[in-house]
Amino acid sequence: MSILIDKKTKLIVQGITGRDGSLHTSMMKEYGANVVAGVTPGKGGTTHEGTPVFDTVAEAMEKTKANTSVIYVPPAFAVDSIYEAADAGVKLIVCITEGIPANDMMKAAPYVKAKGARLLGPNCPGLISPGLCKVGIIPGQICKKGDIGVVSRSGTLTYEAIWALTSAGMGQSTCVGIGGDQVAGTGFIDCLEMFENDPGTKAVVLIGEIGGSDEQEAAKFVKKNMTKPVVGFISGRTAPPGKRMGHAGAIIAGNAGTAQAKLDAFAKAGIAVANSPTEFPALIKEALGSIKNGARKKTGIKKAATKKTTAKKTATKKTAKKAAKKATTKKTTTRKTAAKKTATKKAK
Amino acid sequence: MKIHEYQAKEIFRQAGIPVPPGKTVETVDEAVSIAERLGLPVMVKAQVHVGGRGKRGGGKVCENMRGMDIKGLTVKKVLVTSAAKIASESYLGIILDRDTRRPVIMISPAGGIDIEEVAESTPEKIWKLAVDPNQGLRAYQARELAFKLYSEMEQVKQATSIIMKLYDLFWQFDASLVEINPLITTDKGKVIALDAKCNIDDNALYRQSRIADMRDLDAEDEGEIAARDGGLSFVRLQGNIGCVVNGAGLAMATMDLVKRFGGEPANFLDIGGSSNPEKVVTALRIILQDRDVKAILFNIFGGITRCDDVANGIVRAFEKLDINVPVVVRLTGTNEEVANKILKTIDVRTGATTLDDAVRQTIELAGSFAGAKKQTAVA
Repeated sequence: MSILIDKKTKLIVQGITGRDGSLHTSMMKEYGANVVAGVTPGKGGTTHEGTPVFDTVAEAMEKTKANTSVIYVPPAFAVDSIYEAADAGVKLIVCITEGIPANDMMKAAPYVKAKGARLLGPNCPGLISPGLCKVGIIPGQICKKGDIGVVSRSGTLTYEAIWALTSAGMGQSTCVGIGGDQVAGTGFIDCLEMFENDPGTKAVVLIGEIGGSDEQEAAKFVKKNMTKPVVGFISGRTAPPGKRMGHAGAIIAGNAGTAQAKLDAFAKAGIAVANSPTEFPALIKEALGSIKNGARKKTGIKKAATKKTTAKKTATKKTAKKAAKKATTKKTTTRKTAAKKTATKKAK
Repeated sequence: MKIHEYQAKEIFRQAGIPVPPGKTVETVDEAVSIAERLGLPVMVKAQVHVGGRGKRGGGKVCENMRGMDIKGLTVKKVLVTSAAKIASESYLGIILDRDTRRPVIMISPAGGIDIEEVAESTPEKIWKLAVDPNQGLRAYQARELAFKLYSEMEQVKQATSIIMKLYDLFWQFDASLVEINPLITTDKGKVIALDAKCNIDDNALYRQSRIADMRDLDAEDEGEIAARDGGLSFVRLQGNIGCVVNGAGLAMATMDLVKRFGGEPANFLDIGGSSNPEKVVTALRIILQDRDVKAILFNIFGGITRCDDVANGIVRAFEKLDINVPVVVRLTGTNEEVANKILKTIDVRTGATTLDDAVRQTIELAGSFAGAKKQTAVA
């Protein structure tokens, strides 16, 4: 199992004839992704290495009934490509392009959401469900099919983490790069929620960095809603404040953005922290082991959930909740209050 | 990118936000002549990219401010401006708020001091409004905010207009922050921007040529300028281990590991995704300018980046530059084997399997290199 992409993914490549688009289309195909169309305005009617090319995304959608698109378009035109995909009815839009102005994204991200679509990125490496599908630029050869979910704000650091897992014999369900920009379409919490609901994922690796407070919010979510163990990493502990460290979003402004604030939040949420990506496998083993041995409070939930892996997601959740009730009444109460709070917030 | 107060004020003035008259000067004579023209008293304000200039003596009437240092930045230009008679001071700012992913307008009647300080000590004195970017700011919303600051309708009107104009500027100039601190009322009841701050999104500079031209090269690190020109992302740090990495997250993680294993990183350097060999040469040239560097670590995880491109770049750099410090190279991923063959022709340390190993090796070599240097000096 996996999240977001699998064998049913039918992919459109926006900017297929460009240098990056062309190279990565062939690599995605090689990995087994079902690339059904490419889009480059002015090249409609041609084929690119066997893939039909269309002038517009709308046309490509009409002819191929695709559900996903990936954008390899230069930054000055990439926002337009996002709108085009959303308007054409693409359900998952993955934007690899780096360098899109943040103010453009403030307008585009809610627009895509309102269309009922999901945007991943921009400025991200995309995602891969090993053995099933790849959308973006994560190197396929470093991945291995398995049951660890990976979500990260970085590109190459994600590869480093994946490689550490694969080298230790730990395969991945899906690896998602959410991107390093200040305004991204998909966040940590979206992915954590999907991993929690994915029966094919047993544990999650969460890779954050300095800047903003997404990691703190993610930590709160983990504490409140996750039954599966999460291990974390934060890059930028040595970064000086006020300087942009490559990623547009990686700048420490005020206390929230510091590595320490994020590490503290992880500690509070019971997320084990790796000091180097090489430490992930051991930490995951430990986290999964302690669950088996019943050392963690969440044992009840976990066991109940695994028993029902074949059942539907909702059923699993219900069982988990029941088990939680039995396990510790106190915890359930806190969770209920928390849920109430969220509900009131939403109502507001 | 940051621009100076005088530059931001010019933009504000053109947009119709009232600012006190003034002019930037570089000599005392010029300052005196401007002061005489404006009429005393005047304020003289240092034009450097540092917050809290006032607290550090950067905003006063004095003869020798030019050449003084504020937080390590030398003052080359000062802004001479009419000193207004202040009846009240407030704060007005618009930032790109990451949490709401919207532009957030912040106002506070506690102006003239750091807004972070106000947020910490008296958060009840700050009002915020997250504006829906696809709807824009309505006049009534701006007016609601203005009513928090002023009770007289005359001032509310002026402040509403200023808030609306500032919001337009935020979008027009692709700002990540626009700020007026303090926004004052004069003894005559006029609302004016006594200060002006404007930070522009680097990603938008391609369509903000007017702002890009305002860049003050004197205010920036030489290495950082050279890196930007070469398409690299570079930040100078204090240590002696030079780092060349692809990808920002991995670059930060590499620095962190250097520190963890007892070393100090000399820099953050991201050579980016598609690795043109020339970029590698530029990267090494910039790092080698730093005399403190005792060893250099390459950590490349090939994805888009091809390891052989980087290896070719390193070989080219060895031909072009005088590299006399130990270099450790770890290349993993796309075309790794070809790359390692290429590197056999030059004197670099390869073979580290994990990132941790490579970092430890580099620190060790830096230590013995520094030691060897000392010995030679003694001999």
